[in-house]
Amino acid sequence: MMEWLLPIQNLLGPAWLPVWTVVKIMVIVGPLMGAVAYLTLAERKVIGWMQIRIGPNRVGPLGLLQPIADGVKLLMKEIIIPSGSNKFLFIIAPIMALMPALAAWAVVPFNAELVLADVNAGLLYILAMTSLGVYGVIIAGWASNSKYAFLGALRSAAQIVSYEIAMGFALVTVLMAAQSLNLGEIVRGQQGSYGMLNWYIIPLFPMFLVYLISGVAETNRAPFDVAEGESEIVAGFHVEYSGMAFALFFLGEYANMILVAFLTSIMFMGGWLSPVPFLPDSIVWMFAKVAFVLFLFLWFRATFPRYRYDQLMRLGWKVFIPITIVWVVVVGGWMQTPYWLW
Amino acid sequence: MPEIKNYTMNFGPQHPSAHGVLRLVLELDGEVIVRADPHIGLLHRGTEKLAEHKTFLQAVPYMDRLDYVSMLCNEHAYVQAIEKLTGIEVPLRAQYIRVMFDEITRILNHLMWLGAHGLDIGAMTVFLYCFREREDLLDAYEAVSGARMHAAYYRPGGVYRDLPDSMPQYEASKIHNAAAVKKLNENRQGSLLDFLEDFTRRFPTYVDEYETLLTDNRIWKQRTVGIGVLTPERALALGITGPMLRGSGVEWDLRKKQPYAAYDKLDFDIPVGVNGDSYDRYLVRVEEMRQSNRIIKQCISWLRQNPGPVITTNHKFAPPGRESMKQNMEELIHHFKLFTEGMHVPEGEAYSVVEHPKGEFGIYLVSDGANKPYRLKIRAPGFANLSSLDEMVRGHMIADVVTIIGTQDIVFGEIDR
Repeated sequence: MMEWLLPIQNLLGPAWLPVWTVVKIMVIVGPLMGAVAYLTLAERKVIGWMQIRIGPNRVGPLGLLQPIADGVKLLMKEIIIPSGSNKFLFIIAPIMALMPALAAWAVVPFNAELVLADVNAGLLYILAMTSLGVYGVIIAGWASNSKYAFLGALRSAAQIVSYEIAMGFALVTVLMAAQSLNLGEIVRGQQGSYGMLNWYIIPLFPMFLVYLISGVAETNRAPFDVAEGESEIVAGFHVEYSGMAFALFFLGEYANMILVAFLTSIMFMGGWLSPVPFLPDSIVWMFAKVAFVLFLFLWFRATFPRYRYDQLMRLGWKVFIPITIVWVVVVGGWMQTPYWLW
Repeated sequence: MPEIKNYTMNFGPQHPSAHGVLRLVLELDGEVIVRADPHIGLLHRGTEKLAEHKTFLQAVPYMDRLDYVSMLCNEHAYVQAIEKLTGIEVPLRAQYIRVMFDEITRILNHLMWLGAHGLDIGAMTVFLYCFREREDLLDAYEAVSGARMHAAYYRPGGVYRDLPDSMPQYEASKIHNAAAVKKLNENRQGSLLDFLEDFTRRFPTYVDEYETLLTDNRIWKQRTVGIGVLTPERALALGITGPMLRGSGVEWDLRKKQPYAAYDKLDFDIPVGVNGDSYDRYLVRVEEMRQSNRIIKQCISWLRQNPGPVITTNHKFAPPGRESMKQNMEELIHHFKLFTEGMHVPEGEAYSVVEHPKGEFGIYLVSDGANKPYRLKIRAPGFANLSSLDEMVRGHMIADVVTIIGTQDIVFGEIDR
């Protein structure tokens, strides 16, 4: 597709494919890390405005260099390994938390062409990868050999297990509607002549809400941040972590937030499709929708008190799972009638 | 199979929700609390003993540092105890000023409580909203006493000086330019009373803002309704006072039951709860803020119309004016004696009590006729409230411990003294 690359391709011969894939991965992960860094700044600024304060404004113009300063600070810090901890697991845990958060990006389409791996089971792959993230949290809590961290890990394990199910069922309705597990196909299934009205958010609105809320819970964000529980178990699973080991958890959390925002816009809000018929489809729409969902994440954090851990489980098991199961049946029935317009 | 044992966890003193230096030893069955053992004393400064070695006047600033979020209420109890023993007359204007500042203090305390309680439960924004209003009230403190927190403004026999005619102004700086400063100073052009009146006009809207964020919030209700229930009988038996007692439905407020200062001349209501849970205590305190605002309004209008002396003219207890001191030998001697030896309080004992934002704050003062107290005993409401903690948290979860510490409105300055 890109003719100017042909000479390099000929030069490398069989080594071309791995090299080219690595380049593509870097092109995705690099900007992603940048996005994560600036999402932290955006969070502090947005919540700052909501809380009638200014937010970081000292480092660089308008505080724009703040995330870089934070990153440098964390890099320079010592990684303290508690003496009672299991060293191997303690080090491996943050890697386990970040790795799946990055790996999931392989199948995320940015627009009709831009996707690293256009696999048919994309949705399944995403579900598998996002569920792996919890192992990092559990291992971290266990390896720290601290009571607070252990409680955080227990909470996290319970939480992710319950929300995974609701999330999975919500996505089942999407794949029923799209009749495909391929994320690109799911977006194309929402194409039509009515713009926004063709998106799955219209017929699947309850599922959209369930998915969004489960997404917040899945990423351990307020008001579901019981695994961290700042005011209860201090920092939960990562209470013993410092320096770059802590930063990896942090990066993982924010990369997951962005991932959930991307998935929400792909599954329910038509991905790169334009909301109105007279404007062209473009990657800009994708980013706008992602920014909107991310803003919701920040807004929730500024507004809501934290759930208690048992209440959160109740919400997952007694509210979301019944709703999703009912809606799966409703959508199934609806699709058999001529009134299914999507 | 190994035996399943309960889990013991140390909660605090270095914990974000320990409200200072509370150390709790929690016995946990999973996340459920089996037993909570509060350990105190980490902020003990020996206030009672220190007061025995200082003149009566020098102990006033120690009172600020007891419950350091409701400074002037502490002072009120202390100066009232001296007034009881000596029998000095306090001018009515001073009584009104004291009531006004007691209520400002109550709002300050409840704002701090609401912010911290919200933060404990995870609602961050309320905290910053509350601090925005605290700023104005602390400015009122500053205008009247020169200090934003530890005011040392009340004196035996009145208050240190009359309310100022002007407010401190912001000055332009690197952060605020002249235009921004002008806006900040807009409501500071008149006297302190004008500033406070402006505040009382704005404050009900602010309380509405907090209530929008919390009162009907489903998560807030789930976190507070039915948490830490105290029955009226148990509350009375445990010696609990203040909003904690009123949250349980006992209508007990010293401002109504044994009116002191000018409270009998003012019109206000006492909110009481029904279920005695954290949510009711929240509602009680929020309503108390509104009532305090009402009291402040009445005080402002009274103080505007009734100028007069603000401290007793008995120079055995209050210093004479500078001018008369320069011209009059007797007043010079009074001044000298008062600031070297201090006042002499006749032999006897007195218990003075005020309705402090946290409950019944009492000072038991024993004097042997010297210039220092023979014994000063402080009855801190927080101490009695904290002793009910174990009973309140049993069977709840860790997250609820934080809610209950918050709802008790604990400040270690007064508990450890």
